Amino acid sequence: MSTPASDYSLAELMICANAEAYVNDGEVLVTGIGVLQRLAASLAMLTTNPGIMMTDSEAWILSVPNPVGKRPADFVQMNENWMGFSRIFDNVWSGRRHLTGGPTQIDRYGQANISAMGGDYQKPKVQMLGVRGFPGNSICHANSYMVPAHGKRVFIEGECDVVCTIGFNPERLPKGYSFDEIDLRCVYTNLGVFDFNGPNRQMQIVSLHPGVSVEEVIENTGFDVHVPATIAVTKAPTEEQLAVIRQLDPHNLRSKQLKDNPPGVRL
Amino acid sequence: MNKQMSLQEIVAQLQDGMTIGIGGWGPRRKPMALIREILKSDLKDLTIVAYGGADVGMLCAAGKVRKLVFAFVSLDFIPLEPYFRAARQGGDLDVMEIDEGMMLLGLRAAAWGCPFIPTKVGLGTDVIKFNPDIKVIDSPYDDKEWVAMPALKLDAALVHVNRADVRGVCQITAPDHHLDEWFVRAADKTYVTCEEIVEADAFVEPAAARLVFWERNYTSGVALVPGGAHPSSCSPDYGFDIPHFQEYNASAKEGGFTAYFDKYIKDTSEEEYQAKVGGLDAIRKLPKPVY
Repeated sequence: MSTPASDYSLAELMICANAEAYVNDGEVLVTGIGVLQRLAASLAMLTTNPGIMMTDSEAWILSVPNPVGKRPADFVQMNENWMGFSRIFDNVWSGRRHLTGGPTQIDRYGQANISAMGGDYQKPKVQMLGVRGFPGNSICHANSYMVPAHGKRVFIEGECDVVCTIGFNPERLPKGYSFDEIDLRCVYTNLGVFDFNGPNRQMQIVSLHPGVSVEEVIENTGFDVHVPATIAVTKAPTEEQLAVIRQLDPHNLRSKQLKDNPPGVRL
Repeated sequence: MNKQMSLQEIVAQLQDGMTIGIGGWGPRRKPMALIREILKSDLKDLTIVAYGGADVGMLCAAGKVRKLVFAFVSLDFIPLEPYFRAARQGGDLDVMEIDEGMMLLGLRAAAWGCPFIPTKVGLGTDVIKFNPDIKVIDSPYDDKEWVAMPALKLDAALVHVNRADVRGVCQITAPDHHLDEWFVRAADKTYVTCEEIVEADAFVEPAAARLVFWERNYTSGVALVPGGAHPSSCSPDYGFDIPHFQEYNASAKEGGFTAYFDKYIKDTSEEEYQAKVGGLDAIRKLPKPVY
């Protein structure tokens, strides 16, 4: 893993950045919801953290990640265990999991929304999925998020319209709990990598993708982002990582995940 | 002992205002033939508990649902269920929106005769804010507060399985039996549709018996309806019907549910329905989804 690539897409950069999330996780169930997130988890499993466990999104735990998209008729997926939906909760509630989801809204407290937007709760303007497993995920295990279009519609000014996850809003801290128990890791966007380790758990810039400015982040975030003294440039994918990604995504579905599939280094 | 019933006989057992749990998950192994039969009936004011797909969307669109207990409603490859959305955005649906795992706990509490099961799931979120009926309580054992997930007692559970015998021994050969077991155990009565009726000796092999997830004394009635999960999937027998779901989804934009209902369900027997969607052989050839 040592030859930095010079030619890579932003999607590939985001996959590699997200894959970093799992390096020190050990043997956890990793779930990447969405094509880029799943490729990131698969890449990590094949490179930096072979301890990762992953499901086939149906009912089996795999010892080798499935490629995304249509697979040849003679493809044999490498099951190592069964994990139907009822058993997922047993694992989730034990904390032995790290999920990267793709919420529609994220607020200053790190709270996320996939349920509904606008209007009021009885009559939302836009009904989405529902809270799904987000409440349990957020209070039981590590969570990261990916945002393909960093903007004020996602990083909203106020609180999420439906708060689906526990975050760092002091008014919502349950009795007897400490925010140290909430394992919110990183947010990977098309502009950079962020975490909530700023002052008072403020969202802060960890790294910016090549060519992205601090001003652009500030302009596109609905709340104040902490700007640390030093900001790294997001590490370029290596040729070895790109080779693994190509093998995991033979139909190049990753090229369809971001608008116009921009290059990783801005022109 | 013979628990075989027709779809009509099963739906005749259901009453207005009942709380009904529906097995399956999103577009997977839903008892759709029973849903269609309910859509044709006069049943109303139902409380529905489900990991929802088109079952929930159709019941909402037909005005059958007074209250919905849900964590999500989705068709998977079409993430947002059109008629569930319309019902929510119309503001006329009472809901209890909870975490997927809270639903499992509510069903387990009902199954085990407990008023609630404590969990930390839901704390700090709008799940407890928007559901004042879900109480947060102190623990006798620690200093934390806990969500007391109330029992989700069901009057009836509806599930679709791969094989059953006439006594109600039900086998799910699909890779996942989802939470069906807990819907069944939480319910006073369980009505099952199946792809195949088999003799009791079909479960002689230990590997076959291990795919039976509840005891037959939970099963009140069994209807043989091969293809009865269509347009949802019934792995390993058939996948979900993508073009049909696309047509269903498009109907929400043009024509509305009435157009879909009139075309496929109104005054239509299950056999006639299946003929309209290409016949049982075509259903059984629907490719398995690739995830």
